[in-house]
Amino acid sequence: MDLTELTVHELQKKLKNKEVTSYEITKAYLDRINEKENEVGAFVTVTETEALADAKKADDEINNTNDNMGNNNLVGIPIGIKDNLCTKGIKTTCSSKMLEDFVSPYNATVVEKVLDEKMPILGKLNMDEFAMGSSTENSAIKVTHNPWDLNKVPGGSSGGSAAAVATNMVPWALGSDTGGSIRQPASLCGVVGLKPTYGLVSRYGLVAFASSLDQVGPITKDVTDCAMLLNVIAGHDEKDSTSYDTPKIDYTTSLKNDVKELKIGVPKEFFGDGIDKEVKDKLYEAIEVYKELGATVEECSLNVAEYALATYYIIACAEASSNLGRFDGIRYGHRTTNFSSLKELYTNSRTEGFGDEVKRRIILGTYVLSSGYYDAYYKKAQKVRTFVKQKFDEQFKKYDVLLTPVSPTTAFKIGEKKENPLQMYLADICTVSINIASIPAISLPCGVDSNGMPIGMQLIGDRFAEETILNAAYTFEQKIKFRENYKPTFKK
Amino acid sequence: MSVSKEELLHIANLADLKINDSEIDKYIENLDDILEYVKVLETAPISDLNETIGANNNANVFRKDEVQKFENVDGLLSNAKDIERNMYKIPKVL
Repeated sequence: MDLTELTVHELQKKLKNKEVTSYEITKAYLDRINEKENEVGAFVTVTETEALADAKKADDEINNTNDNMGNNNLVGIPIGIKDNLCTKGIKTTCSSKMLEDFVSPYNATVVEKVLDEKMPILGKLNMDEFAMGSSTENSAIKVTHNPWDLNKVPGGSSGGSAAAVATNMVPWALGSDTGGSIRQPASLCGVVGLKPTYGLVSRYGLVAFASSLDQVGPITKDVTDCAMLLNVIAGHDEKDSTSYDTPKIDYTTSLKNDVKELKIGVPKEFFGDGIDKEVKDKLYEAIEVYKELGATVEECSLNVAEYALATYYIIACAEASSNLGRFDGIRYGHRTTNFSSLKELYTNSRTEGFGDEVKRRIILGTYVLSSGYYDAYYKKAQKVRTFVKQKFDEQFKKYDVLLTPVSPTTAFKIGEKKENPLQMYLADICTVSINIASIPAISLPCGVDSNGMPIGMQLIGDRFAEETILNAAYTFEQKIKFRENYKPTFKK
Repeated sequence: MSVSKEELLHIANLADLKINDSEIDKYIENLDDILEYVKVLETAPISDLNETIGANNNANVFRKDEVQKFENVDGLLSNAKDIERNMYKIPKVL
């Protein structure tokens, strides 16, 4: 039996029954990385030695606790971490030349939580530089390939995380989502990804891109694993003043395989001309599945996508231009050798360290915040943000869940959109409004197109309604059994 | 409206970034494209709305103003390229 084919909840049962050890599981995943990493390119750093040592410690703990392993015990289950989450003693590069040799002196809170569970870390996963992009092509480290077709992108910015989960190189992974960076790569790689409500998960130690939009979330093989990983990372953190003090919930108890009471709204504006016909058709099939399962499904109107995308690129770039001001070549990060003054040290370090897309967004962000343009762009965008939130609030008075596409198309070819930033930005049209409104959404596979590429469905919930969208996703997943029917082919 | 070369270079200077002559046209084209796209906001019905300040409408978060000793000085300095006696070293400013 190939252990890497299993979901975490399946692995957990085997660990509990002492059929396998954490060492065997971790070794199996490392072997899989050795076999497939050359083709896929998902990792920035593989931490083989540390992972195997941690797995041995986990096995000791399991042997010493005898039969006391509870259902929520994740001791010994390995994980992959997106390379913008700080890991003490392991490089955190953000896939940027700026941080290529940066080793954080502390752990992100979510990493601390993972380590508290005694989960071995398999490595750090590739991404668009500083999480800016929708294809992982903006990584300064390497190109990541989509395991369903190696000529295509895995999506982004958490493309390494999604590709690694789809390739079975990690059992699950952490990603981050500022405008779709968990959900879109999950969709393009045929796996499950959740962007939690803003404030549910601590951002402490997540290298900041746009602080009012960033959230850390799970990328997993199925919905049950997604709920289990959310259990690990959710919760208030005094080190993040925007994190919410909400009651502790066991999200796995929300998976009821029943949507008879569920009211689903389908916003027609998310099914417009820009969305590929095969994507739309697959989602219409999914809607029929929900009707068969007893849910109430209605078409509704939510005309926010274009406003939200424009607002997103103003707010995200403005916040990024401010957040990335910290990279000055002095305290950490790339430092130029070519300078004769302090200003030159700053400018040359930043110009050499940042890639094109990061510079482009810093310039745009500085522009919209600069004197004379602030009211026309930033202030207006903040008002439109209120408008977008209100429009979602209206929908959640009528519906429990909104159903939309995740990405307008399935995975596109590597290089296809790289030279046209605006085209790349349009890849986020269905996902950014969720970050603008601070609400949660899950992406899960609902089928494949005529080329065998996965198509994702997005289920959007009201603030802190993760249980509702997880159950809706789970019930659908139990019906269509995507993982049993479709597998990545590593087509060349 | 097109961003002028002077304006672009002014913005780049504010952001501590250098743009080469050969890159200027491309930057202006990309900026113009995006600024053209975000014009859609002019049609948004927002005249009565307030700005969203922060992602959630929660109150300020305070903690007790207690002195805590910071221990990890070495960790903090470990990523700097140039230090001297627990200090970051920079070129002469004055």
